Amino acid sequence: MGNATARRVVRKSGSAVTIYLPIAELSVNIFIILGMGAAVGFLSGMFGVGGGFLITPLLIFYNIPPVVAVATGANQVVASSISGALTHFRRGTLDVKLGSVLLAGGLAGATVGIWVFSLLRRLGQLDLIISLMYVLFLGTVGGLMLLESVNAMRRASKNIPAAPRRPGHHHWVHRLPLKMRFKKSKIFLSVIPIVALGFGIGILTSVMGVGGGFIMVPAMIYLLRIPTNVVVGTSLFQIIFVTAYTTVVQAATNFSVDIVLAFILMIAGVIGAQYGVRVGQKLRGEQLRALLGLLVLAVGLRLAVALVVTPSDIYSVVMGAN
Amino acid sequence: MRHLLRTLLFSLMLLPTAAGAQTLLPGQAPQPVAEGLEIGTSTSEIAITSDFHGADLTIFGAVTNTDSLLLAIGQYDVVVVLEGPRDNATVRKKERVFGIWVNTHSMTFETVPHSYSMSSSRMLDDVTTPLDLTDRGIGIDHIPLTPMGFLGNASNVGEFRDAYRRLQERSGLYVRDPSGVRFVSSNLFKASLRLPANIPNGVHTVRAYLFKSGKFVTEKSAPLRVIKTGIEQTITDAAHEQPIIYGLFAVFLAVVTGWGASVVFRKE
Repeated sequence: MGNATARRVVRKSGSAVTIYLPIAELSVNIFIILGMGAAVGFLSGMFGVGGGFLITPLLIFYNIPPVVAVATGANQVVASSISGALTHFRRGTLDVKLGSVLLAGGLAGATVGIWVFSLLRRLGQLDLIISLMYVLFLGTVGGLMLLESVNAMRRASKNIPAAPRRPGHHHWVHRLPLKMRFKKSKIFLSVIPIVALGFGIGILTSVMGVGGGFIMVPAMIYLLRIPTNVVVGTSLFQIIFVTAYTTVVQAATNFSVDIVLAFILMIAGVIGAQYGVRVGQKLRGEQLRALLGLLVLAVGLRLAVALVVTPSDIYSVVMGAN
Repeated sequence: MRHLLRTLLFSLMLLPTAAGAQTLLPGQAPQPVAEGLEIGTSTSEIAITSDFHGADLTIFGAVTNTDSLLLAIGQYDVVVVLEGPRDNATVRKKERVFGIWVNTHSMTFETVPHSYSMSSSRMLDDVTTPLDLTDRGIGIDHIPLTPMGFLGNASNVGEFRDAYRRLQERSGLYVRDPSGVRFVSSNLFKASLRLPANIPNGVHTVRAYLFKSGKFVTEKSAPLRVIKTGIEQTITDAAHEQPIIYGLFAVFLAVVTGWGASVVFRKE
Protein backbone atom coordinates (compact mmCIF):
# COMPACT_ATOMS: atom_id res chain seq x y z
CA MET A 1 0.00 0.00 0.00
CA GLY A 2 2.74 2.41 0.99
CA ASN A 3 4.45 2.05 -2.32
CA ALA A 4 1.33 2.38 -4.43
CA THR A 5 0.07 5.47 -2.71
CA ALA A 6 3.48 7.11 -2.85
CA ARG A 7 3.48 6.55 -6.56
CA ARG A 8 0.06 8.09 -6.93
CA VAL A 9 1.14 11.25 -5.19
CA VAL A 10 3.85 11.63 -7.80
CA ARG A 11 1.35 11.15 -10.60
CA LYS A 12 -1.33 13.40 -9.23
CA SER A 13 -0.35 16.22 -11.51
CA GLY A 14 -1.50 13.89 -14.30
CA SER A 15 -3.45 14.87 -17.36
CA ALA A 16 -5.91 13.30 -19.75
CA VAL A 17 -3.75 10.22 -20.27
CA THR A 18 -4.22 9.03 -16.71
CA ILE A 19 -7.13 6.83 -15.77
CA TYR A 20 -8.29 5.95 -12.31
CA LEU A 21 -8.59 2.25 -11.53
CA PRO A 22 -11.42 1.98 -9.00
CA ILE A 23 -10.46 -1.34 -7.43
CA ALA A 24 -6.68 -0.99 -7.55
CA GLU A 25 -7.31 2.53 -6.17
CA LEU A 26 -4.66 4.29 -8.17
CA SER A 27 -4.30 6.40 -11.26
CA VAL A 28 -2.30 4.94 -14.12
CA ASN A 29 -1.21 6.05 -17.55
CA ILE A 30 -3.71 4.51 -19.96
CA PHE A 31 -1.10 4.15 -22.73
CA ILE A 32 1.16 2.07 -20.52
CA ILE A 33 -1.72 -0.31 -19.73
CA LEU A 34 -2.75 -0.44 -23.39
CA GLY A 35 0.87 -1.08 -24.37
CA MET A 36 1.20 -3.85 -21.81
CA GLY A 37 -2.00 -5.50 -23.02
CA ALA A 38 -0.99 -5.21 -26.67
CA ALA A 39 2.54 -6.49 -26.08
CA VAL A 40 1.37 -9.49 -24.09
CA GLY A 41 -1.43 -10.09 -26.60
CA PHE A 42 1.12 -9.99 -29.43
CA LEU A 43 3.38 -12.47 -27.62
CA SER A 44 0.48 -14.74 -26.75
CA GLY A 45 -0.65 -14.77 -30.37
CA MET A 46 2.90 -15.38 -31.57
CA PHE A 47 3.63 -18.23 -29.17
CA GLY A 48 0.10 -19.59 -28.79
CA VAL A 49 -0.03 -19.05 -25.02
CA GLY A 50 -2.68 -17.35 -22.88
CA GLY A 51 -0.41 -14.63 -21.55
CA GLY A 52 -1.70 -14.61 -17.97
CA PHE A 53 1.74 -15.57 -16.68
CA LEU A 54 3.17 -12.42 -18.30
CA ILE A 55 0.37 -9.94 -17.61
CA THR A 56 0.17 -10.54 -13.86
CA PRO A 57 3.90 -9.92 -13.14
CA LEU A 58 3.89 -6.87 -15.46
CA LEU A 59 0.98 -5.39 -13.51
CA ILE A 60 2.84 -6.05 -10.26
CA PHE A 61 5.92 -4.29 -11.68
CA TYR A 62 3.66 -1.33 -12.44
CA ASN A 63 2.67 -1.10 -8.75
CA ILE A 64 -0.78 -2.65 -9.14
CA PRO A 65 -1.44 -4.47 -5.84
CA PRO A 66 -0.77 -8.22 -6.40
CA VAL A 67 -4.26 -9.07 -5.09
CA VAL A 68 -5.79 -7.02 -7.90
CA ALA A 69 -3.22 -8.12 -10.50
CA VAL A 70 -4.01 -11.81 -9.93
CA ALA A 71 -7.81 -11.50 -9.98
CA THR A 72 -7.78 -9.14 -12.98
CA GLY A 73 -5.27 -11.36 -14.79
CA ALA A 74 -7.70 -14.29 -14.53
CA ASN A 75 -10.45 -12.13 -16.04
CA GLN A 76 -8.20 -11.07 -18.91
CA VAL A 77 -7.31 -14.71 -19.70
CA VAL A 78 -11.02 -15.45 -20.32
CA ALA A 79 -10.99 -12.96 -23.20
CA SER A 80 -7.65 -14.04 -24.64
CA SER A 81 -8.56 -17.75 -24.61
CA ILE A 82 -12.03 -17.58 -26.06
CA SER A 83 -11.24 -16.91 -29.70
CA GLY A 84 -8.67 -19.70 -29.71
CA ALA A 85 -11.13 -22.14 -28.17
CA LEU A 86 -13.80 -21.20 -30.74
CA THR A 87 -11.36 -21.88 -33.59
CA HIS A 88 -10.46 -25.29 -32.17
CA PHE A 89 -14.13 -26.13 -31.59
CA ARG A 90 -14.95 -25.35 -35.23
CA ARG A 91 -12.02 -27.43 -36.45
CA GLY A 92 -13.06 -30.30 -34.24
CA THR A 93 -9.79 -30.29 -32.31
CA LEU A 94 -11.48 -29.93 -28.92
CA ASP A 95 -12.39 -32.97 -26.84
CA VAL A 96 -15.35 -31.79 -24.76
CA LYS A 97 -15.53 -34.99 -22.70
CA LEU A 98 -11.83 -34.86 -21.79
CA GLY A 99 -12.14 -31.11 -21.18
CA SER A 100 -15.07 -31.64 -18.82
CA VAL A 101 -13.10 -34.12 -16.69
CA LEU A 102 -10.21 -31.63 -16.56
CA LEU A 103 -12.70 -28.89 -15.71
CA ALA A 104 -14.18 -30.84 -12.78
CA GLY A 105 -10.71 -31.00 -11.25
CA GLY A 106 -10.09 -27.38 -12.20
CA LEU A 107 -13.17 -26.01 -10.44
CA ALA A 108 -12.32 -27.94 -7.28
CA GLY A 109 -8.72 -26.69 -7.45
CA ALA A 110 -9.79 -23.09 -8.00
CA THR A 111 -12.11 -23.28 -4.98
CA VAL A 112 -9.28 -24.54 -2.78
CA GLY A 113 -6.97 -21.95 -4.34
CA ILE A 114 -9.27 -19.03 -3.51
CA TRP A 115 -9.52 -20.24 0.06
CA VAL A 116 -5.71 -20.40 0.30
CA PHE A 117 -5.50 -16.97 -1.37
CA SER A 118 -7.83 -15.36 1.21
CA LEU A 119 -5.98 -17.06 4.07
CA LEU A 120 -2.59 -15.84 2.83
CA ARG A 121 -4.01 -12.36 2.41
CA ARG A 122 -5.16 -12.32 6.04
CA LEU A 123 -1.76 -13.51 7.17
CA GLY A 124 0.00 -10.80 5.15
CA GLN A 125 1.97 -13.36 3.14
CA LEU A 126 0.03 -13.21 -0.13
CA ASP A 127 2.39 -10.92 -2.06
CA LEU A 128 5.37 -13.03 -1.06
CA ILE A 129 3.77 -16.36 -2.02
CA ILE A 130 2.60 -14.98 -5.39
CA SER A 131 6.12 -13.77 -6.18
CA LEU A 132 7.73 -17.00 -4.99
CA MET A 133 5.36 -19.12 -7.08
CA TYR A 134 6.05 -16.99 -10.14
CA VAL A 135 9.80 -17.22 -9.64
CA LEU A 136 9.55 -20.99 -9.24
CA PHE A 137 7.27 -21.63 -12.22
CA LEU A 138 8.72 -19.06 -14.60
CA GLY A 139 12.26 -20.14 -13.73
CA THR A 140 11.53 -23.83 -14.29
CA VAL A 141 9.39 -23.49 -17.40
CA GLY A 142 11.61 -20.80 -18.97
CA GLY A 143 14.74 -22.81 -18.26
CA LEU A 144 13.32 -26.04 -19.69
CA MET A 145 12.01 -24.26 -22.80
CA LEU A 146 15.33 -22.62 -23.45
CA LEU A 147 17.24 -25.87 -22.94
CA GLU A 148 14.91 -27.86 -25.17
CA SER A 149 14.91 -25.31 -27.99
CA VAL A 150 18.69 -24.86 -27.91
CA ASN A 151 19.07 -28.65 -28.15
CA ALA A 152 16.61 -28.73 -31.04
CA MET A 153 18.50 -25.98 -32.86
CA ARG A 154 21.81 -27.78 -32.32
CA ARG A 155 20.33 -31.03 -33.67
CA ALA A 156 18.90 -29.21 -36.68
CA SER A 157 22.26 -27.63 -37.52
CA LYS A 158 23.99 -31.04 -37.28
CA ASN A 159 21.17 -32.78 -39.15
CA ILE A 160 20.52 -35.30 -36.38
CA PRO A 161 16.88 -36.42 -36.33
CA ALA A 162 15.03 -36.09 -33.04
CA ALA A 163 14.83 -39.35 -31.09
CA PRO A 164 11.50 -40.94 -32.03
CA ARG A 165 9.14 -41.74 -29.19
CA ARG A 166 8.85 -45.48 -28.61
CA PRO A 167 5.26 -46.34 -29.52
CA GLY A 168 4.59 -49.32 -27.24
CA HIS A 169 6.08 -47.71 -24.17
CA HIS A 170 3.74 -47.91 -21.18
CA HIS A 171 3.79 -45.21 -18.63
CA TRP A 172 2.78 -45.58 -14.94
CA VAL A 173 -0.11 -43.22 -15.67
CA HIS A 174 -1.65 -45.86 -17.92
CA ARG A 175 -1.79 -48.45 -15.14
CA LEU A 176 -4.16 -46.39 -12.93
CA PRO A 177 -7.79 -47.55 -12.39
CA LEU A 178 -11.09 -45.78 -13.25
CA LYS A 179 -10.39 -45.75 -16.96
CA MET A 180 -12.62 -43.87 -19.36
CA ARG A 181 -12.75 -43.82 -23.14
CA PHE A 182 -12.30 -40.48 -24.87
CA LYS A 183 -13.43 -40.97 -28.46
CA LYS A 184 -12.31 -37.69 -29.94
CA SER A 185 -8.81 -38.03 -28.47
CA LYS A 186 -8.77 -41.75 -29.31
CA ILE A 187 -7.44 -42.69 -25.89
CA PHE A 188 -8.49 -44.92 -23.01
CA LEU A 189 -7.25 -43.30 -19.84
CA SER A 190 -7.80 -43.23 -16.07
CA VAL A 191 -9.66 -40.14 -14.88
CA ILE A 192 -7.42 -39.85 -11.78
CA PRO A 193 -4.43 -38.14 -13.43
CA ILE A 194 -6.75 -35.93 -15.54
CA VAL A 195 -8.69 -34.67 -12.50
CA ALA A 196 -5.43 -34.25 -10.57
CA LEU A 197 -3.90 -32.20 -13.38
CA GLY A 198 -7.05 -30.05 -13.60
CA PHE A 199 -7.00 -29.58 -9.84
CA GLY A 200 -3.38 -28.41 -9.80
CA ILE A 201 -3.99 -25.99 -12.67
CA GLY A 202 -7.12 -24.70 -10.88
CA ILE A 203 -5.02 -23.80 -7.84
CA LEU A 204 -2.51 -21.98 -10.06
CA THR A 205 -5.35 -20.07 -11.76
CA SER A 206 -6.73 -18.69 -8.53
CA VAL A 207 -3.43 -18.01 -6.76
CA MET A 208 -1.38 -16.75 -9.73
CA GLY A 209 -4.04 -15.41 -12.10
CA VAL A 210 -2.89 -17.57 -15.01
CA GLY A 211 -4.71 -19.91 -17.35
CA GLY A 212 -2.01 -22.49 -16.76
CA GLY A 213 -1.68 -23.60 -20.39
CA PHE A 214 2.08 -23.34 -20.21
CA ILE A 215 2.07 -26.23 -17.71
CA MET A 216 -1.10 -28.06 -18.78
CA VAL A 217 -0.11 -28.47 -22.44
CA PRO A 218 3.28 -30.13 -21.80
CA ALA A 219 1.73 -32.24 -19.00
CA MET A 220 -1.02 -33.49 -21.34
CA ILE A 221 1.46 -34.33 -24.06
CA TYR A 222 4.29 -35.87 -22.07
CA LEU A 223 2.53 -37.28 -18.98
CA LEU A 224 -0.93 -38.24 -20.23
CA ARG A 225 0.20 -38.96 -23.83
CA ILE A 226 -2.86 -37.23 -25.25
CA PRO A 227 -2.62 -36.72 -29.05
CA THR A 228 -1.10 -33.30 -29.77
CA ASN A 229 -3.88 -32.18 -32.13
CA VAL A 230 -6.54 -32.00 -29.38
CA VAL A 231 -4.30 -30.81 -26.57
CA VAL A 232 -4.38 -27.05 -27.16
CA GLY A 233 -8.13 -26.81 -27.87
CA THR A 234 -9.02 -29.00 -24.88
CA SER A 235 -6.76 -27.09 -22.52
CA LEU A 236 -8.32 -23.81 -23.70
CA PHE A 237 -11.76 -25.25 -22.95
CA GLN A 238 -10.70 -25.96 -19.36
CA ILE A 239 -8.95 -22.57 -19.03
CA ILE A 240 -11.99 -20.52 -20.09
CA PHE A 241 -14.31 -22.07 -17.55
CA VAL A 242 -11.81 -22.13 -14.69
CA THR A 243 -10.69 -18.52 -15.23
CA ALA A 244 -14.33 -17.38 -15.55
CA TYR A 245 -15.19 -19.20 -12.32
CA THR A 246 -12.12 -17.73 -10.61
CA THR A 247 -13.08 -14.22 -11.73
CA VAL A 248 -16.55 -14.51 -10.21
CA VAL A 249 -15.32 -16.06 -6.96
CA GLN A 250 -12.46 -13.53 -6.61
CA ALA A 251 -14.98 -10.71 -7.14
CA ALA A 252 -17.27 -12.22 -4.50
CA THR A 253 -14.68 -12.97 -1.83
CA ASN A 254 -11.80 -10.53 -2.26
CA PHE A 255 -13.50 -7.71 -4.25
CA SER A 256 -10.29 -7.58 -6.25
CA VAL A 257 -11.34 -7.75 -9.93
CA ASP A 258 -10.68 -4.36 -11.50
CA ILE A 259 -13.06 -4.26 -14.43
CA VAL A 260 -11.59 -1.04 -15.86
CA LEU A 261 -8.07 -2.46 -15.86
CA ALA A 262 -9.28 -5.82 -17.20
CA PHE A 263 -11.21 -4.20 -20.04
CA ILE A 264 -8.28 -2.08 -21.24
CA LEU A 265 -6.02 -5.14 -21.14
CA MET A 266 -8.56 -7.29 -23.00
CA ILE A 267 -9.13 -4.84 -25.83
CA ALA A 268 -5.42 -4.26 -26.37
CA GLY A 269 -4.70 -7.97 -25.89
CA VAL A 270 -7.10 -9.39 -28.46
CA ILE A 271 -5.92 -6.90 -31.08
CA GLY A 272 -2.24 -7.51 -30.30
CA ALA A 273 -2.82 -11.25 -30.54
CA GLN A 274 -4.01 -11.01 -34.16
CA TYR A 275 -0.72 -9.45 -35.23
CA GLY A 276 1.25 -11.85 -33.05
CA VAL A 277 -0.25 -14.84 -34.86
CA ARG A 278 0.86 -13.44 -38.24
CA VAL A 279 4.44 -12.86 -37.08
CA GLY A 280 4.50 -16.23 -35.34
CA GLN A 281 3.71 -18.06 -38.57
CA LYS A 282 6.86 -16.64 -40.20
CA LEU A 283 9.29 -17.71 -37.49
CA ARG A 284 10.70 -21.18 -36.89
CA GLY A 285 9.43 -23.20 -33.93
CA GLU A 286 12.76 -23.64 -32.11
CA GLN A 287 13.61 -19.96 -32.42
CA LEU A 288 10.18 -19.02 -31.10
CA ARG A 289 10.51 -21.33 -28.12
CA ALA A 290 14.01 -20.06 -27.35
CA LEU A 291 12.74 -16.47 -27.42
CA LEU A 292 9.77 -17.28 -25.22
CA GLY A 293 12.04 -19.18 -22.83
CA LEU A 294 14.32 -16.14 -22.53
CA LEU A 295 11.38 -13.83 -21.94
CA VAL A 296 9.88 -16.09 -19.28
CA LEU A 297 13.27 -16.33 -17.55
CA ALA A 298 13.70 -12.54 -17.62
CA VAL A 299 10.30 -11.95 -15.97
CA GLY A 300 11.07 -14.58 -13.33
CA LEU A 301 14.47 -13.03 -12.67
CA ARG A 302 12.99 -9.56 -12.27
CA LEU A 303 10.56 -10.91 -9.64
CA ALA A 304 13.37 -12.77 -7.89
CA VAL A 305 15.44 -9.58 -7.68
CA ALA A 306 12.48 -7.72 -6.13
CA LEU A 307 12.30 -10.36 -3.39
CA VAL A 308 15.98 -10.02 -2.49
CA VAL A 309 16.60 -6.28 -2.83
CA THR A 310 16.17 -4.33 0.41
CA PRO A 311 12.75 -2.65 0.27
CA SER A 312 12.52 1.14 0.53
CA ASP A 313 10.53 0.68 3.71
CA ILE A 314 10.41 -2.52 5.71
CA TYR A 315 7.06 -1.52 7.21
CA SER A 316 3.69 -1.47 5.51
CA VAL A 317 0.17 -0.51 6.62
CA VAL A 318 -3.12 -2.19 5.77
CA MET A 319 -6.36 -0.56 6.86
CA GLY A 320 -9.34 -2.59 7.92
CA ALA A 321 -7.55 -5.92 8.28
CA ASN A 322 -8.40 -8.27 11.15
CA MET B 1 0.50 0.87 27.51
CA ARG B 2 3.65 2.04 29.25
CA HIS B 3 3.24 5.37 27.54
CA LEU B 4 -0.30 5.70 28.81
CA LEU B 5 0.72 4.80 32.34
CA ARG B 6 3.47 7.40 32.30
CA THR B 7 1.02 10.01 31.08
CA LEU B 8 -1.36 9.10 33.83
CA LEU B 9 1.35 9.36 36.45
CA PHE B 10 2.48 12.73 35.20
CA SER B 11 -1.03 14.12 35.16
CA LEU B 12 -1.53 12.96 38.72
CA MET B 13 1.66 14.70 39.76
CA LEU B 14 0.63 17.87 38.03
CA LEU B 15 -2.83 17.98 39.50
CA PRO B 16 -1.96 19.71 42.79
CA THR B 17 -0.06 22.52 41.05
CA ALA B 18 -2.87 23.11 38.59
CA ALA B 19 -5.36 23.25 41.42
CA GLY B 20 -3.10 25.70 43.21
CA ALA B 21 -3.02 28.01 40.25
CA GLN B 22 -6.79 27.87 40.05
CA THR B 23 -7.26 29.04 43.62
CA LEU B 24 -4.89 31.95 43.05
CA LEU B 25 -6.72 33.31 40.04
CA PRO B 26 -9.91 34.69 41.64
CA GLY B 27 -7.80 36.83 43.93
CA GLN B 28 -6.01 38.55 41.04
CA ALA B 29 -8.92 39.19 38.71
CA PRO B 30 -12.71 38.92 38.66
CA GLN B 31 -14.01 35.47 37.72
CA PRO B 32 -13.71 35.39 33.91
CA VAL B 33 -16.53 34.06 31.77
CA ALA B 34 -15.38 30.87 30.02
CA GLU B 35 -14.49 31.27 26.39
CA GLY B 36 -16.68 29.60 23.83
CA LEU B 37 -15.84 28.14 20.45
CA GLU B 38 -18.02 27.96 17.38
CA ILE B 39 -17.23 26.40 14.02
CA GLY B 40 -19.15 26.57 10.83
CA THR B 41 -18.82 24.34 7.85
CA SER B 42 -20.68 25.62 4.84
CA THR B 43 -21.90 22.10 4.15
CA SER B 44 -22.30 18.83 6.00
CA GLU B 45 -21.43 16.89 2.87
CA ILE B 46 -18.70 17.09 0.26
CA ALA B 47 -18.98 15.25 -3.01
CA ILE B 48 -15.75 14.57 -4.82
CA THR B 49 -15.03 12.80 -8.05
CA SER B 50 -12.85 9.74 -7.98
CA ASP B 51 -10.09 11.36 -10.02
CA PHE B 52 -9.90 14.03 -7.33
CA HIS B 53 -6.32 15.19 -6.84
CA GLY B 54 -6.73 16.68 -3.38
CA ALA B 55 -8.10 20.07 -2.32
CA ASP B 56 -8.32 22.45 0.59
CA LEU B 57 -11.34 22.66 2.82
CA THR B 58 -11.88 25.98 4.58
CA ILE B 59 -13.59 26.10 7.93
CA PHE B 60 -14.56 29.31 9.69
CA GLY B 61 -14.92 29.63 13.40
CA ALA B 62 -15.30 32.16 16.16
CA VAL B 63 -13.95 32.38 19.67
CA THR B 64 -16.43 34.06 22.01
CA ASN B 65 -15.97 35.76 25.37
CA THR B 66 -12.31 36.37 24.72
CA ASP B 67 -10.06 38.42 26.92
CA SER B 68 -9.04 41.27 24.60
CA LEU B 69 -5.64 41.70 26.25
CA LEU B 70 -4.74 38.01 25.89
CA LEU B 71 -6.09 38.06 22.34
CA ALA B 72 -3.91 41.04 21.46
CA ILE B 73 -0.74 39.33 22.59
CA GLY B 74 -1.65 36.13 20.81
CA GLN B 75 -2.40 33.94 23.79
CA TYR B 76 -5.26 32.13 22.07
CA ASP B 77 -4.50 29.18 19.84
CA VAL B 78 -6.83 27.15 17.72
CA VAL B 79 -6.24 23.64 16.36
CA VAL B 80 -8.61 22.28 13.73
CA VAL B 81 -8.63 18.63 12.68
CA LEU B 82 -10.51 16.67 10.04
CA GLU B 83 -10.59 13.10 11.26
CA GLY B 84 -11.51 10.32 8.85
CA PRO B 85 -13.66 7.27 9.55
CA ARG B 86 -12.12 4.91 12.08
CA ASP B 87 -10.92 1.43 11.33
CA ASN B 88 -8.33 -1.04 12.55
CA ALA B 89 -4.89 -0.69 10.99
CA THR B 90 -2.32 -3.45 10.71
CA VAL B 91 1.35 -2.54 10.48
CA ARG B 92 3.64 -5.24 9.14
CA LYS B 93 7.39 -5.41 9.38
CA LYS B 94 9.64 -7.24 6.95
CA GLU B 95 12.78 -9.12 7.82
CA ARG B 96 15.31 -10.94 5.72
CA VAL B 97 14.72 -14.70 5.93
CA PHE B 98 17.17 -16.81 3.89
CA GLY B 99 17.93 -13.76 1.77
CA ILE B 100 14.27 -12.95 1.01
CA TRP B 101 12.27 -10.12 2.57
CA VAL B 102 9.32 -11.60 4.44
CA ASN B 103 6.63 -10.01 6.64
CA THR B 104 7.54 -11.48 9.99
CA HIS B 105 5.95 -9.23 12.61
CA SER B 106 2.68 -7.38 12.65
CA MET B 107 0.68 -5.25 15.03
CA THR B 108 -2.94 -4.13 14.73
CA PHE B 109 -3.97 -0.79 16.17
CA GLU B 110 -7.59 -0.47 17.25
CA THR B 111 -9.98 2.01 15.62
CA VAL B 112 -7.55 4.61 14.32
CA PRO B 113 -8.67 7.38 11.95
CA HIS B 114 -8.17 6.44 8.31
CA SER B 115 -7.14 10.00 7.54
CA TYR B 116 -6.12 12.90 9.75
CA SER B 117 -5.67 16.43 8.47
CA MET B 118 -4.63 19.01 11.02
CA SER B 119 -4.17 22.78 10.95
CA SER B 120 -3.12 24.96 13.81
CA SER B 121 -2.36 28.60 14.50
CA ARG B 122 1.16 27.70 15.68
CA MET B 123 3.46 24.72 15.80
CA LEU B 124 1.59 22.20 17.92
CA ASP B 125 4.49 21.89 20.35
CA ASP B 126 4.22 25.62 21.04
CA VAL B 127 0.46 25.53 21.57
CA THR B 128 0.55 23.39 24.66
CA THR B 129 2.56 20.71 26.41
CA PRO B 130 3.06 17.30 24.76
CA LEU B 131 1.39 15.86 27.83
CA ASP B 132 -1.82 17.74 27.21
CA LEU B 133 -1.76 16.76 23.53
CA THR B 134 -1.36 13.10 24.44
CA ASP B 135 -4.16 13.35 26.98
CA ARG B 136 -6.59 14.61 24.40
CA GLY B 137 -5.11 12.75 21.46
CA ILE B 138 -4.49 15.89 19.44
CA GLY B 139 -1.95 15.79 16.62
CA ILE B 140 -0.43 13.09 14.45
CA ASP B 141 2.20 12.30 17.07
CA HIS B 142 -0.40 12.01 19.80
CA ILE B 143 -3.24 10.01 18.23
CA PRO B 144 -3.82 7.10 20.60
CA LEU B 145 -2.54 3.90 18.99
CA THR B 146 -3.67 0.95 21.07
CA PRO B 147 -2.35 -2.42 20.00
CA MET B 148 -4.97 -5.11 19.75
CA GLY B 149 -4.84 -8.40 21.59
CA PHE B 150 -2.12 -9.96 23.67
CA LEU B 151 1.33 -8.49 23.35
CA GLY B 152 4.10 -10.98 23.83
CA ASN B 153 6.77 -8.35 23.65
CA ALA B 154 5.62 -4.83 24.41
CA SER B 155 9.01 -3.27 23.76
CA ASN B 156 8.44 -2.89 20.01
CA VAL B 157 5.11 -1.02 20.30
CA GLY B 158 6.91 2.30 19.93
CA GLU B 159 8.66 1.16 16.79
CA PHE B 160 5.37 0.10 15.16
CA ARG B 161 3.66 3.33 16.24
CA ASP B 162 6.42 5.41 14.68
CA ALA B 163 6.24 3.36 11.49
CA TYR B 164 2.46 3.79 11.31
CA ARG B 165 2.66 7.57 11.70
CA ARG B 166 5.51 7.88 9.21
CA LEU B 167 3.74 5.74 6.57
CA GLN B 168 0.44 7.58 6.96
CA GLU B 169 2.20 10.93 6.62
CA ARG B 170 4.13 9.77 3.58
CA SER B 171 0.99 8.52 1.85
CA GLY B 172 -0.61 11.92 2.42
CA LEU B 173 -3.45 10.57 4.55
CA TYR B 174 -2.07 12.23 7.65
CA VAL B 175 -1.17 15.89 7.08
CA ARG B 176 -0.32 18.81 9.31
CA ASP B 177 -0.14 22.51 8.62
CA PRO B 178 1.17 24.54 11.58
CA SER B 179 0.11 27.78 9.91
CA GLY B 180 -3.23 26.70 8.53
CA VAL B 181 -5.31 28.56 11.11
CA ARG B 182 -5.32 32.36 10.86
CA PHE B 183 -7.31 34.91 12.80
CA VAL B 184 -9.08 37.08 10.23
CA SER B 185 -10.52 39.47 12.80
CA SER B 186 -10.17 39.78 16.53
CA ASN B 187 -12.12 36.61 17.26
CA LEU B 188 -12.91 35.12 13.89
CA PHE B 189 -10.57 32.46 12.52
CA LYS B 190 -10.19 30.64 9.25
CA ALA B 191 -8.73 27.14 9.02
CA SER B 192 -7.69 25.47 5.81
CA LEU B 193 -7.49 21.71 5.90
CA ARG B 194 -5.79 19.67 3.24
CA LEU B 195 -8.00 16.92 1.84
CA PRO B 196 -5.65 14.23 0.50
CA ALA B 197 -6.20 12.75 -2.96
CA ASN B 198 -6.82 9.34 -1.45
CA ILE B 199 -9.31 10.61 1.18
CA PRO B 200 -11.56 7.77 2.34
CA ASN B 201 -15.29 7.75 1.80
CA GLY B 202 -17.51 8.07 4.83
CA VAL B 203 -18.35 10.21 7.82
CA HIS B 204 -15.45 12.41 8.87
CA THR B 205 -15.40 14.61 11.96
CA VAL B 206 -14.26 18.21 12.09
CA ARG B 207 -12.85 18.97 15.53
CA ALA B 208 -11.71 22.36 16.75
CA TYR B 209 -9.77 22.85 19.99
CA LEU B 210 -9.21 26.16 21.77
CA PHE B 211 -6.18 26.81 23.94
CA LYS B 212 -5.50 29.85 26.11
CA SER B 213 -1.95 30.51 27.28
CA GLY B 214 -1.05 26.91 26.65
CA LYS B 215 -4.07 25.50 28.47
CA PHE B 216 -6.94 23.63 26.88
CA VAL B 217 -10.22 25.55 27.16
CA THR B 218 -12.86 23.88 25.04
CA GLU B 219 -13.54 21.88 21.92
CA LYS B 220 -16.25 21.60 19.33
CA SER B 221 -16.96 19.00 16.70
CA ALA B 222 -19.18 18.59 13.66
CA PRO B 223 -19.69 15.66 11.28
CA LEU B 224 -18.77 15.97 7.63
CA ARG B 225 -19.71 13.32 5.12
CA VAL B 226 -17.33 12.70 2.23
CA ILE B 227 -19.05 11.14 -0.75
CA LYS B 228 -17.21 10.08 -3.86
CA THR B 229 -19.15 10.37 -7.07
CA GLY B 230 -18.63 9.50 -10.70
CA ILE B 231 -18.40 6.35 -12.77
CA GLU B 232 -15.39 5.02 -10.86
CA GLN B 233 -17.23 5.19 -7.56
CA THR B 234 -20.26 3.50 -9.11
CA ILE B 235 -17.96 0.65 -10.14
CA THR B 236 -16.43 0.43 -6.66
CA ASP B 237 -19.88 0.35 -5.08
CA ALA B 238 -21.06 -2.33 -7.47
CA ALA B 239 -17.97 -4.43 -6.73
CA HIS B 240 -18.69 -4.32 -3.01
CA GLU B 241 -22.47 -4.38 -2.94
CA GLN B 242 -23.27 -6.73 -5.82
CA PRO B 243 -20.04 -8.72 -6.06
CA ILE B 244 -21.46 -11.78 -7.85
CA ILE B 245 -23.27 -9.76 -10.51
CA TYR B 246 -20.14 -7.62 -10.87
CA GLY B 247 -18.03 -10.77 -11.35
CA LEU B 248 -20.47 -12.22 -13.87
CA PHE B 249 -20.44 -8.95 -15.76
CA ALA B 250 -16.62 -8.98 -15.84
CA VAL B 251 -16.76 -12.46 -17.37
CA PHE B 252 -19.46 -11.41 -19.82
CA LEU B 253 -17.29 -8.47 -20.92
CA ALA B 254 -14.37 -10.84 -21.47
CA VAL B 255 -16.49 -13.29 -23.49
CA VAL B 256 -17.87 -10.51 -25.69
CA THR B 257 -14.41 -9.00 -26.24
CA GLY B 258 -12.79 -12.34 -27.07
CA TRP B 259 -15.63 -13.55 -29.26
CA GLY B 260 -16.01 -10.14 -30.92
CA ALA B 261 -12.34 -10.05 -31.84
CA SER B 262 -12.50 -13.48 -33.43
CA VAL B 263 -15.50 -12.38 -35.53
CA VAL B 264 -14.01 -9.02 -36.57
CA PHE B 265 -10.62 -10.39 -37.54
CA ARG B 266 -11.96 -13.47 -39.32
CA LYS B 267 -13.73 -11.30 -41.90
CA GLU B 268 -10.60 -9.41 -42.85
